[in-house]
Amino acid sequence: MPDDSYLTVTGLSRHFDISEPWLARLVSGRGGRLLTAVDDVSFSIAKGRTYALVGESGSGKSTIARMIVGLERPDSGTIRIDGQTAFDPVSGPTQDSSLRQKLQMVFQSPYSSLNPRWRVGDILMEPIRAFGLISEETAQQRRVQELLDQVGLSAPDADRFPHEFSGGQRQRISIARALASNPHFIVCDEPTSALDVSVQAQVLNLLKQLQRDLQLTYLFISHDMAVVRVMAHRIGVLKDGRLVEENEPGALIESPREPYTRMLMDSTPRFAGGMAG
Amino acid sequence: MTHSPHTAPPTRLQRVLASDFVFDFTRAPLAILAAAVVAFLFLVAILAPAVAPTNPFDPASLNLMNGFTPPMTDNMFTGERFVMGTDDQGRDLLSAIIYGLRVSLFVGVMSVLLAMGIGVSLGLVAGYVGGWLDNLIMRIADIQLTFPSILIAMLIFGVLRGIIPPDLRDEMAIFVLIAAIGLSEWVPFARTVRATTLVEKEKEYVQAARLIGLRRGQIMWRHILPNVIGPVLVIATITLALAIIAEATLSFLGVGAPPTEPSLGTLIRIGQDYLFSGEWWILTFPAVTLLALALSVNLLGDWLKDTLNPRLR
Amino acid sequence: MTTPLLHVDGLSVEFPQRRQRLQALDGISFTLEAGEVLGFVGESGAGKSLTGAAIMGLLEPPGRITAGSITLEGRRIDGNAAGVRGREIGMIFQDPLTSLNPLRTVGDQLVETIQLHLNLPAEAAGARAAQLLEEVGIDPARRGAFPHEFSGGMRQRIVIALALAPEPKLIIADEPTTALDVSIQAQVLALLRRLCKERGAAVILITHDMGVIAETTDRVAVLYAGRLVEDGLTAAVIAAPRHPYTRGLMASTPNLDAVSVDTVLPQIPGSMPGLSALPDGCRFHPRCDVALPDCSRVAPVFAHGVACHKFAAEQKGEAADAG
Repeated sequence: MPDDSYLTVTGLSRHFDISEPWLARLVSGRGGRLLTAVDDVSFSIAKGRTYALVGESGSGKSTIARMIVGLERPDSGTIRIDGQTAFDPVSGPTQDSSLRQKLQMVFQSPYSSLNPRWRVGDILMEPIRAFGLISEETAQQRRVQELLDQVGLSAPDADRFPHEFSGGQRQRISIARALASNPHFIVCDEPTSALDVSVQAQVLNLLKQLQRDLQLTYLFISHDMAVVRVMAHRIGVLKDGRLVEENEPGALIESPREPYTRMLMDSTPRFAGGMAG
Repeated sequence: MTHSPHTAPPTRLQRVLASDFVFDFTRAPLAILAAAVVAFLFLVAILAPAVAPTNPFDPASLNLMNGFTPPMTDNMFTGERFVMGTDDQGRDLLSAIIYGLRVSLFVGVMSVLLAMGIGVSLGLVAGYVGGWLDNLIMRIADIQLTFPSILIAMLIFGVLRGIIPPDLRDEMAIFVLIAAIGLSEWVPFARTVRATTLVEKEKEYVQAARLIGLRRGQIMWRHILPNVIGPVLVIATITLALAIIAEATLSFLGVGAPPTEPSLGTLIRIGQDYLFSGEWWILTFPAVTLLALALSVNLLGDWLKDTLNPRLR
Repeated sequence: MTTPLLHVDGLSVEFPQRRQRLQALDGISFTLEAGEVLGFVGESGAGKSLTGAAIMGLLEPPGRITAGSITLEGRRIDGNAAGVRGREIGMIFQDPLTSLNPLRTVGDQLVETIQLHLNLPAEAAGARAAQLLEEVGIDPARRGAFPHEFSGGMRQRIVIALALAPEPKLIIADEPTTALDVSIQAQVLALLRRLCKERGAAVILITHDMGVIAETTDRVAVLYAGRLVEDGLTAAVIAAPRHPYTRGLMASTPNLDAVSVDTVLPQIPGSMPGLSALPDGCRFHPRCDVALPDCSRVAPVFAHGVACHKFAAEQKGEAADAG
């Protein structure tokens, strides 16, 4: 493992109990059943880089994302972030709020990821207050304005409610909320899969620009090879909870080693657009 | 690269006036009428000392000679006239109704607030925390639902009265009544809030709140509660009608408001004694008032339900 | 001159709201020949699904057709689409479960559809059902299984079999593969295309994905904010899009052949306007990088397969140069 890795995941596994209720099991005589969602996955992400996990539904990519940010508990494996242990099987998840502050997430749905009853300003203010980053009221307000500006929204937007924005704008608000705690690392879980393509490009460009400006490290989760191609410095291909192949985007796309990777790419619809690129 | 409209965000008042809710309301004559009746009755009840012709509880204002004066008729002894007539003790019925309305509404509103407080809290906890706590709360709710709520209220009323020292009973009667009705009506609140909470807690904004380290209580109170409040208001309105009827029923049965503070139910009970001897007004006016109140609140609740429902996700 | 299979002329659809009427479709016109695969592409709110629903007579109230006509083989079907729905026009939705009865076996559902529309005896209908399952790549031995016993891709194959069962002349497929994984998406689209071509059935494929359009359709119609902005042979449109929106849509679609992660993706600024705040003139002009002064005032006329002032001006310029 290179020394400049920001996040290192080793031997991560997660099983889900998909057994029927015990009474039904008793009647039918069937035993319990376990679904292995993530199976011994290891990878690391270099500081300031984007690592993409790509896979189809049920590949375990979202479960990995949720385990890394601490929304889900791994069954085994370790997670190290910025030299600190975020999870190991012995001591469990860390309760260190300074680590949690460095770690944020942008979710898939622009509709359910913002509380519909909260004004945008309050949504952005919450992480600032929760982590006690800025105590003075006017400085807090200034920070909210700065965040809105960073994601391409304007100051009066702080007084609006989420439903007054389009899907792409809501995703910008979501990104601003993730930035509010000054994180170093952001997990992006399919951040554009619910958006229209013309807006998807805006959001992807915004993420790239923020990465450059703020030296952010990203874990980018997607089902779309083409999106991953333009976003990632390194790509891991997941299939049924296992990491089957990992490489630089260019090498992976030109000469995939796994038939599964090749199949994923071959079935990605493409067009030789005269104006594209 | 700013795409938001450059106009200033609307003020709170502008938002309210521009809402679909207000728009629908201005086009629902029945809802407007019901709201007007409810507002009028509330106003009269609140301003009772100012609007009632007499204070029916002040013995000095009573004159037994005025007993059984029919409405809009000169009393044959005193020559006084009463809009709604008087009862057996010569009490002005209109004043008695206004003060009775006050008691009925106070008990109704307070017991709904109690039921709402208990139901919403338990529903939130059951839905968000889940597990054995959820099971415990919902099984209690199930058991309570197998009995008619009026029976539960009578049971609670009896138990509470037993606990309270006898010399405080009359003083505390109203509060015992509120507790009894409130405790018998919390289940619909809890069930609805639990169901909505189960949906809301899976949403990504709740996970975002977990990520910044908010505690369960904070997430329930600040994030989930504002999103379950819509259906709660609908249930509260419908429950208000139920609570008013429950109070009237208990008082009619003689286990509710004490004779020193008669509610509409108490007045109906008294009036019932004279129905067959020809003094119809003593029963009729309080009964019509109760009917108008309960019906209006119910209509308002139904309209709220229909209007808010499509947007309850 | 033969009558086209489907002719839609000036179709406008309106949704009366509390305080205003929202015009969701504005003068959509196109024709579709038998056996042709036409793609409707556009982003959410463009009106592509609505066009499909209007043809099927499945507009959700209070939505209604306010102008225009829809003719199938010369017969007006707007207003009484119930007669052709299912029989002459088949429908495939994004979620296969909306088209399948969860309580009945797929074989029963197929047989019932065949008997209802084709008037075949039970035995022949059964054989036909088995053959259809075979054709969509499902083992006919599984006809006794229920919808939930199949995977998402399999279910969508069954829905295709159901839609094809009455031998319709036209299939409207609304985002049929959006809910499926990419690997399955390609198979299902290829299957749909092949089966319709074999039968001479026309297809309207509604999608937001330019890649799907490129790989599946013969012709493409691009919609923006309720108007048709471009219509042409797919290969021609992809090679040389005429409308700035089509260009932007294609350019902003991420491409596997992208050079480097450090490049900035071409993007269209802003987002599609809501129906309650449609701009005057060309509805795309606030987001357009080549807009002319006229674009914000006058709605462009649809000509030469495109509705764009800039394109018309260039055409005129070229004609003047040539003359």
